[in-house]
Amino acid sequence: MSLDEATVARIARLARIEVEADRLPGLARELSNILGWIEQLGEVDTDEVEPMRSVMPIPSRQRADRVTDGGRQEDVLSNAPAAEDGCYLVPKVVE
Amino acid sequence: MTDLLALSLVEARDGLRAKQFSAVELTQAYLDAMARHRNWNAYITETPDKALAMAEAADVRLAAGNPGPMEGLPIGMKDLFCTEGVRTTAASHILEGFHPPYESTVSKRLWEAGAVCLGKTNLDEFAMGSSNITSYHGAVTNPWTKPGGNEKPLVPGGSSGGSAAAIAGRLCIAATGTDTGGSIRQPAAFSGICGIKPTYGRCSRFGIVAFASSLDQAGAMARKVGDCAVMLGAMAGFDPHDSTSADRPVPDFEAACQRSVKGLKIGIPKEYRLDGMNAAVEAAWQQGIAWLEAAGAEMVDVSLPHTRYALPTYYIIAPAEASSNLARYDGMRYGLRVPGKNLVETYERTRGQGFGAEVQRRILIGTYVLSAGYYDAYYLKAQKVRRLIADDFHQAFQKVDLILTPTAPSAAFREGEKMDDPVAMYLNDVFTVPSSLAGLPAMSVPTGLDRQGLPLGLQLIGRPWDEETVLAGSAALEKAAGFDVTPYGLEG
Repeated sequence: MSLDEATVARIARLARIEVEADRLPGLARELSNILGWIEQLGEVDTDEVEPMRSVMPIPSRQRADRVTDGGRQEDVLSNAPAAEDGCYLVPKVVE
Repeated sequence: MTDLLALSLVEARDGLRAKQFSAVELTQAYLDAMARHRNWNAYITETPDKALAMAEAADVRLAAGNPGPMEGLPIGMKDLFCTEGVRTTAASHILEGFHPPYESTVSKRLWEAGAVCLGKTNLDEFAMGSSNITSYHGAVTNPWTKPGGNEKPLVPGGSSGGSAAAIAGRLCIAATGTDTGGSIRQPAAFSGICGIKPTYGRCSRFGIVAFASSLDQAGAMARKVGDCAVMLGAMAGFDPHDSTSADRPVPDFEAACQRSVKGLKIGIPKEYRLDGMNAAVEAAWQQGIAWLEAAGAEMVDVSLPHTRYALPTYYIIAPAEASSNLARYDGMRYGLRVPGKNLVETYERTRGQGFGAEVQRRILIGTYVLSAGYYDAYYLKAQKVRRLIADDFHQAFQKVDLILTPTAPSAAFREGEKMDDPVAMYLNDVFTVPSSLAGLPAMSVPTGLDRQGLPLGLQLIGRPWDEETVLAGSAALEKAAGFDVTPYGLEG
């Protein structure tokens, strides 16, 4: 699989990472290399194999439906790049 | 007066309890060493005031006769663990200025056990790397680098490179690491120290900056096998804050180091014998086999037929999970924000400038393999091959108690090497990734030097939850090897 520059630009857009145009050819080459190497997995017959989603059989636990945390507005906002009146300040979302 | 820095963790613990020296004296010795060797860049953040305050409190508990299992022992904390009020960077620009308002479970347990925090150790950005070169806070120099040479410094391995260098260079008595595909074991091998990655689920992941959640696991790094056992015992155990942490008792890991390996069956996987394998690595492996045989263990040939597919599988699963985990860094709630004309541009600039090249590469690969039309071909396929790899180990462990392999395909390389081709860098983890994919406990032990005088490590892999046999085997290797060479950077 070879990725062209347009595809890399599209993935970068999906990943919300700004990639300047002059970096696209290098990235396309590197990512194509990695994907080409990954494609050897095609040799493995996996028709009857169940995908492994969890490596150790750790059963899901249940707990009482109680509030155990919260009320930490100050903690939550302590690292905000911008905050005011107990809220995060973010760029305008709706134009 | 004893050279405090020469003591192992177990020796220092016993010395503290016998009142031969105080926790403050031990801590100060390490703080002084840290100040002498800042050129190695092993720490991103040093916490000397906190260290001395913790050491004073430890001395009070020691005097009162109720010390914890890690009482007064000065350690490094990989800067991937959130530490309350202490800057936590994950070695990334995007976490600029982040001071966690809470403590990770593993670090909390260590402090409760009496450990003293010397600082936060350097790592590859978001733990993605095998050389510690991708850190936003700069590369780490391996203390095995000979001083005064004209060559570039040796890398300490990665991603837990700062922890490994700090231990090898006597800048802490032990340190935490995290291991996703080899990030504890490979730097341990490169730096001539020990490191254990326990079974997935043995240590809580709560408060560890996430990389690939189905693989990430915390572990212990130190100069001796017994040191790692003591530290792991203090780190491990069930945590309701992590749904993948296992609710099972934590065994006495230190006692396990005393067990004999007599009668144990040890598997030698033929697939780990690579074409064109480094002769010194091959020789170290054969030596390890001979040592364990002499100690009474029986070698058994085993086959792990899907081994060669482990790395490509890993480089689908880990980036896929990383792209999802790292979606949270949007510049809104914490860390760096680089303003743009609108919200989307703010996201893109923040992430474009906040993430380094390797992290971006992995996010892009992960985004691609999870994107519409490719999910089945890549991600689902990788999850299926992952099961085959885990099944290989399961089959082998029907016949054997442990598996012995080299830890890494070479000794430490120099900064600048393997940088042109990401795939060449990924091959460093060829021996460590398969057991990570299978969630198994594995440990690296230094066993000797190659022709250039650089340390090599051997790896023992165990059954799920059987860290005890891994530690017993590792202790036997350690005893036979008698590895006690001091890194060249400490001479003079």
